[in-house]
Amino acid sequence: MTDLLLRGGRVLDANGERLADVAVADGRIVEVGTDLDPGGATVLDAAGCVVAPGLVDLHTHLREPGREEAETIETGSRAAALGGFTAVVAMPNTEPAIDSAGVVRQVVELGEAAGLCDVHPSGAITVGRAGEQLAPMAEMAALGVRLFTDDGRGVQNERLMRRALEYAAGLGVTLAQHCEVETLSAGGHMHEGSWSSRLGIPGIPAEAEELMVVRDIMLSRLTGGRIHFQHLSTAGSVELVRRAKAAGLAVTAEACPHHFTLTHAEVASYDPVFKVNPPLRTDVDVAAIKAGLADGTIDAIATDHAPHAQETKEAPFDEAPCGMLGLETALALALTELDLAIGQILALLSWQPAAIAGLADHGGPIVPGRPANLCVIDPEATWVVDPYRLASRSRNTPYAGRTLTGRVRHTVLRGTPVVIDAEAQR
Amino acid sequence: MKHLLGIDDLGADGIRVLLELTDSFVEVSERPIPKVPALRGKTVVSLFFEDSTRTRLSFETAAKRLSADTMSFSVSGSSVRKGESVRDTVQTIEAMGVDAIVVRHRSAGVPWQIAGWAGASVINAGDGWHEHPTQALLDCYTIRQHLGSLDGLHILIVGDVKHSRVARSDVAAFRALGAEVTLVAPPTLLPPSLEGWPVRCTSRLDAELPGADVVYLLRMQRERQQEALLPSLREYTAFYGLTRRRADLVRPDALIMHPGPMNRGVEIAAEVADLPNAVITDQVRNGVAVRMAVLFLLLGAGLQGAVPDLPAVAITGGVRD
Repeated sequence: MTDLLLRGGRVLDANGERLADVAVADGRIVEVGTDLDPGGATVLDAAGCVVAPGLVDLHTHLREPGREEAETIETGSRAAALGGFTAVVAMPNTEPAIDSAGVVRQVVELGEAAGLCDVHPSGAITVGRAGEQLAPMAEMAALGVRLFTDDGRGVQNERLMRRALEYAAGLGVTLAQHCEVETLSAGGHMHEGSWSSRLGIPGIPAEAEELMVVRDIMLSRLTGGRIHFQHLSTAGSVELVRRAKAAGLAVTAEACPHHFTLTHAEVASYDPVFKVNPPLRTDVDVAAIKAGLADGTIDAIATDHAPHAQETKEAPFDEAPCGMLGLETALALALTELDLAIGQILALLSWQPAAIAGLADHGGPIVPGRPANLCVIDPEATWVVDPYRLASRSRNTPYAGRTLTGRVRHTVLRGTPVVIDAEAQR
Repeated sequence: MKHLLGIDDLGADGIRVLLELTDSFVEVSERPIPKVPALRGKTVVSLFFEDSTRTRLSFETAAKRLSADTMSFSVSGSSVRKGESVRDTVQTIEAMGVDAIVVRHRSAGVPWQIAGWAGASVINAGDGWHEHPTQALLDCYTIRQHLGSLDGLHILIVGDVKHSRVARSDVAAFRALGAEVTLVAPPTLLPPSLEGWPVRCTSRLDAELPGADVVYLLRMQRERQQEALLPSLREYTAFYGLTRRRADLVRPDALIMHPGPMNRGVEIAAEVADLPNAVITDQVRNGVAVRMAVLFLLLGAGLQGAVPDLPAVAITGGVRD
C-alpha cells in the first residue's frame, strides 16, 4: 500500500523529464506514472514543481563534535533538508577531528538520531589533520567512509600525499583536497589583488590554490589515484582541471555558490561575513567557475556550509574565522545565477556528487525499487534570504536581504517527508 | 558628516574646508591660553587597541583645547585574546555617554565596523595597513603652509607603502588636492596590485629626487627583514634611505617629511632630519590643530558651517601659568 504520493510534478532525473506522480511505500519508490491512486496515502502536491532525486552536498561543516555553539548535527541536518539535501558529506575538521572509527560512529549515530538527512562523515587523511601521519583510513572505510580529506587544510607534504593516494586506491575510496599551499597563503585573509591592496588586508594569491591543484594532478598521474578537488575558486584551477580531464586523469571537482555569485569587492564592507577560504575572487574567476560548471569541467556544486557563531564573525576582519552558510541557499543561488537548464543544475547538485561520494542510495534515478530520497522544487517561487529565519544555528549568510528564485517545497528522506511546504517536520 | 573613517569621506572640497578651518585652530594654538569653549560638554574617548602615544596625545590635546571632556581607553594586543569583543568594548564605552570615539586598531576596517555599531561619531586614528586620515590631513596642511598649495606639486612617497596606512591616506589626499604622486620602493614593499591607484611608481630613488617638491619618507620597520621582504636594513638604507649624499639631490626649497617615529640612520640620516627644509616637527605641531578642526567639524559646525568665531575660554578662579 502506498504511504506517500507526490502528485502532478515534472519528474526529473539523469534519464530526463516526464510529467508523473511518484508513489512511495516502505521507504522506496513503488510506481511512477500518471493519475496514480493515492488510496490512504499522504498526498503532497507537486503541481508546477520539479520532483528530483534529493540533493547531495559533498562539503558540509556540521561542527559537531566540538563547536556545538555554531551548529549541531541536528540543526545542520535541518538546514540541509530545507535546502533539498537528502545526504551531506560531513567534513572532518571537528574537535576532535574525524580521524578514527570512534568519531565516525559518533557522527553517524547523531545523524541517524536527527533523522533529517543522511549524514556521511568524511575521514581525515592524516591524524588530527596535522599533515604528518596517515589516519587509519581502512578502519574508517570499513564503516562506510568513502571520501577522505583534511579539509580546512591541504596535505602540504608531497610524499605523504603520494602515499595517501596509493593507500586510498587499495581501499577504493577517494581523496578530496583543499588546495592551498600554506607557505604562499600564510597570513592572508582575502584574495590578493586590487581590493586587498586598497583595503590593506594581506592577500592570498590565486597561485596558492593553483600550485596544489597542479601538484595533485601530477600525483594522480604518478599514482593513478582518484582525486577530487574541493571548492575550486580560480580561473587557473578550472583550466588545470579541464586539461587533466582531457588527458584522461581520474580527477573530479566541485565549486561553491559563493564562488560563482560574489567577488572580492564585497570585502570593502569589512564585514567578516564575506571572509571565506578559498577567498572570494575576481569577476574573471567567477566567469571561469560558471564556464567550468557549464562545460562539465566542474562536476558538482558543493556548499562548504561553514557555520560560525555570531560573536566570532563580529571580530576584526583579520581575526574572524573563514566560512559562510550555504545549505539553505545553494539550490536557489544556482537557479537564480547560473544560465543552465534545471536538469544540468540538478546533475551538479544531485547525481554527480552522489557518484563522487559513492552514495548508491542517493541521486536517483526515480524509478520503482529505488530508495525514496527526493526533493520537490518550485523553480518559480521567489523568496528573500533572512538570516534569522534560517534553520542553521548560525547566521553567517552573505546573502541577507537578497531575493532568490527557486525554493524547495518538500524533501523526502527514505519515504518520510522531512520537509513539507518549506517547513521542517522535525 | 558624522564620521571620519577615510580620506574619501571628505573628498577634495571637504579637505579644503578642513584645511581652512585648521588655520583658525592654528591661531588658537598660538594664543597665550590655547583653549576655546567650542566643544564644552562634549565627551571624546580615545579607544586605542594598539599603542600609539603620539597620536593619542595629539587627539587628546586637540579635544582639551576645544574644552571637550576626554577619556582614554587602551587595550594592547588582540581584543579577542583579551576575551572581550570589540563590539562589547564599544557598547560599554558608549553606555558611559560619549560623542566621539577616536579609534586605533591593528586590523584594517575596524573603524568602519565600529561606525556600524556605535551611535557616536567615529574618527579613524589608524587601522592596520589601511588608512590614517588625520595624518594625511596634517601632511596636506604642512605642505600647504610651506608651499602654498598642493596643486601641480610632485610628491615622492618613499619606502614601505605596502604596510603603510599613512601612504594609502596620503595618496588619496595628495591626489585630491591636485598633486602628482610617485611611489618609490623595492617591489616587495609595494602593494601586490596598484590597479586603480592614481600614481607612478619606480624602484630608483636617485633619479626622482631632483624633480621632487616633497620627499615623504615612510617608517621602515625592522621586522620586514624576517619576512624576506628585504635582504637587510643596511641594503634598504643604501638604496632607499635619505642619506646625507642623497639629500644633496633634493632641491633646497623642497620639503622633507616623515610621519614619525623616525628610525634615524635607516630611512633618514640623522643630520638630514635636522635640515632646515625637513618639516617633521611642523607636522607634529599642525597635527593638534588639524585634529581640533576634525573634532569641531564632526561635533560642532559640520562641513557647511562657516569658519567659526572662536572666543577665548572663560577662565574662572584665577589664571595660572
